[in-house]
Amino acid sequence: MIIEILVSVCLVISGIFGLVGSFGLIKLPDPMMRLHAPTKATTLGVGGALVASMLYMHFINGNFSFHELMITLFLFLTAPVTGNFIAKTHLHLNHKASDLPPTGTDRPWATFESDAMREKIESAEDAKAD
Amino acid sequence: MIEYALLFAFSCYGLALLMNIYRIIQAPGPGDRILALDTLVVNAIALLALFGILEGTTVYFEASMIIAMTGFISTVSFTRFMLRGDIIE
Repeated sequence: MIIEILVSVCLVISGIFGLVGSFGLIKLPDPMMRLHAPTKATTLGVGGALVASMLYMHFINGNFSFHELMITLFLFLTAPVTGNFIAKTHLHLNHKASDLPPTGTDRPWATFESDAMREKIESAEDAKAD
Repeated sequence: MIEYALLFAFSCYGLALLMNIYRIIQAPGPGDRILALDTLVVNAIALLALFGILEGTTVYFEASMIIAMTGFISTVSFTRFMLRGDIIE
């Protein structure tokens, strides 16, 4: 009975978080804000569904498996990576390095640093050629 | 009780998939489309896990593992293509 309540609570929480994540993808106004909803809320929703599945399989069905933990681990490892890549794509497509707020140090934003370094090297080579 | 919770979760994820498809069709930029595709894959994994609970089998976990891997690789290659115009340099 307790396990049933636990599985049901996990399922309901996971459904709400999945719905909120996808609703935020439509609702939020700015692309960088929209990045937050799916990468955080939906990942938690999937985690809830997989935990519910693991509890159900172990206590009610009687066969324990590590697959859910593997999928959860994989998703929790890859979600930040994809989020970072999409944020980088957005920054490079829609912003120039000069539009962004200053970092407070003498180095530029990390994702634009290679561009700035290349410009510096090229200008140094030009100066040497002259 | 689990049946009702399952029904609730199924309808939530179904609605979430519809929202993602709407966002793929109508998006302000390519970054949002990639994000919506990534979310679609994650929601599909959750739906497969729920279907595994409904059927009482563990067969679907292999399928969701493969979907997770292909989803990650496709998202990364989409973003690499948008960034560099090339996937493998």
